[in-house]
Amino acid sequence: MLIETKGLKKTFKSRGKSVEAVRGVDLAVKEGEIFGLLGPNGAGKTTTMRILSTLIEPTEGAATVCGHDLAKEAAKVRRDIGYVGQHGGTWGEVTAREELVLQGRLYDMSKRRSQERAAEVLESFQLAEYADRNVKTYSGGQKRRLDIALGIMHEPKLLFLDEPTTGLDPQSRAHMWDEVRALRDRGTAVFLTTHYLDEADALCDRLAIIDHGEIVVEGTPNALKRQVAGDVVAIGVNGAPEGALALLRGKDFVREAEAGEPDPATGIALLRLYVDDGAAAVPELLRALDAEDIAPASIELHRPSLDDVFLKQTGRSLREEK
Amino acid sequence: MKVVRDTWLVYARAMKLNIKQPVWLIVMLVQPIYFLFLFAPLLEPMDGMPGFENGAMETFVPGLIIMMALFGSAFVGFGLIAELRQGVIERMRVTPVSRTALMLGRTLSTVTTTLFQALALVLLAALTGRLDVYWPGVGLMLLIVLLTAFMLAAVSLGLAIILKSEDAMAPVINTLVQPIMLISGIMLPMIMAPSWLQNVAEFNPFYYAVQASRELFAGNIDSPFVWQAPVILGALTILLVWWATRKFARAVA
Repeated sequence: MLIETKGLKKTFKSRGKSVEAVRGVDLAVKEGEIFGLLGPNGAGKTTTMRILSTLIEPTEGAATVCGHDLAKEAAKVRRDIGYVGQHGGTWGEVTAREELVLQGRLYDMSKRRSQERAAEVLESFQLAEYADRNVKTYSGGQKRRLDIALGIMHEPKLLFLDEPTTGLDPQSRAHMWDEVRALRDRGTAVFLTTHYLDEADALCDRLAIIDHGEIVVEGTPNALKRQVAGDVVAIGVNGAPEGALALLRGKDFVREAEAGEPDPATGIALLRLYVDDGAAAVPELLRALDAEDIAPASIELHRPSLDDVFLKQTGRSLREEK
Repeated sequence: MKVVRDTWLVYARAMKLNIKQPVWLIVMLVQPIYFLFLFAPLLEPMDGMPGFENGAMETFVPGLIIMMALFGSAFVGFGLIAELRQGVIERMRVTPVSRTALMLGRTLSTVTTTLFQALALVLLAALTGRLDVYWPGVGLMLLIVLLTAFMLAAVSLGLAIILKSEDAMAPVINTLVQPIMLISGIMLPMIMAPSWLQNVAEFNPFYYAVQASRELFAGNIDSPFVWQAPVILGALTILLVWWATRKFARAVA
């Protein structure tokens, strides 16, 4: 295991109030995998990552990172990890090459070795062309590539990426996913945080969903989605949904059903039904509603997504929280 | 040694940034130049009067140099706040770099630029031909400038890491630096002040810095201020650099 944590907690105190940002996180990250921490803003993702990368100390709990005890051997942990913050780590009147060479030297490389490694990294992140330009002239995608290049100058075993694609356009985003996969294929494990469902689904080998500072569930994206059995049918009804909910719950092919509050603007409440065979269920459901004179405002059928996993575990949708 | 090597790396980066933005160095010289040409002439009739025994310009210019060192270094924290926001400090804190070096390298780059500005100002003042300069004294005076810059840069960086915002930083620095400047006798010698204010001034380390600079400029090497200033400033510098380094190492940024 590259990372193992036990009961990590972090409480911030500010102006007399204390905020429990992380309340008991247990995680395990394996060698060579892309591990994602998925959750809404404020769930404790960044705090967890900052604890694991030695930037802040946990209030309680313990962790080993790359085989070193986080509390006692922070210096050893630092040698084995790379970290790329949400806002990157460079700006202004410095060039990519200068920053990379300095970064290597901060990891005790000789000047020559650092220059060679910088040239290598510039090449592999397609930055060679802009290597001697000031960073302030870079596009968002170029800047992000440089941030990651800085994080892997010393060839760490494990790279932390905090929200690596936030603020990137779709094309840069796709490129970034490729870069992250390429890193994994070269043997670097990646620990990333994201609030994008599609990113967690497409990019991560395994992931943990975090909410209110606690890990809700952990597993591969597919295993997590399989937990939400069958298909999901979402039906919108006008007004109070209790009648429709009771009616549909009574059907034997409906495994589980739940209803949200009516939307204050449209007056439509959403019913979510978990069924084995969605295609066969839809006509049955419509007939049942029709028999009771309930006209559905909308109906939607989909395979379970990570959002359904989140919804099932927390009772809220990740999509709604932005 | 690792601290020395890392300090050099951080220093070299900071200096490179300074050199790439030479405008900043000139901007810091503009204020003292205004004082030199638009305020100093007002003092010339005071030549030889109490507090101006060394000559009007010979009294004013050394104080002006200390003022420049004061302001120049007290504001370096602002640059650090920008770097904090951009994640530069965080990026470096995850590396095994010495925490002391992160702070010392930046401080020393400020010391370097301040010494350079002080020297430029002395030369400029000498070129006006309106004052006599005792050059061996100027060398020692630069040591006082060095200590002043070292101390205030460290304090400024320490405050920046605590306050983390320009909006909070500006009033704190102003509240701190303005009275220090006023009761150090930079504008007018403290001998002109009522006795209670003179008593207060004796607790201001920069009062000694200004007085020592004046004596050194005039060649009065045997004045007690000449040893008092480096001792007081040296002790304070050690204390405050230690404080700032600790803040830096522990900072949750």
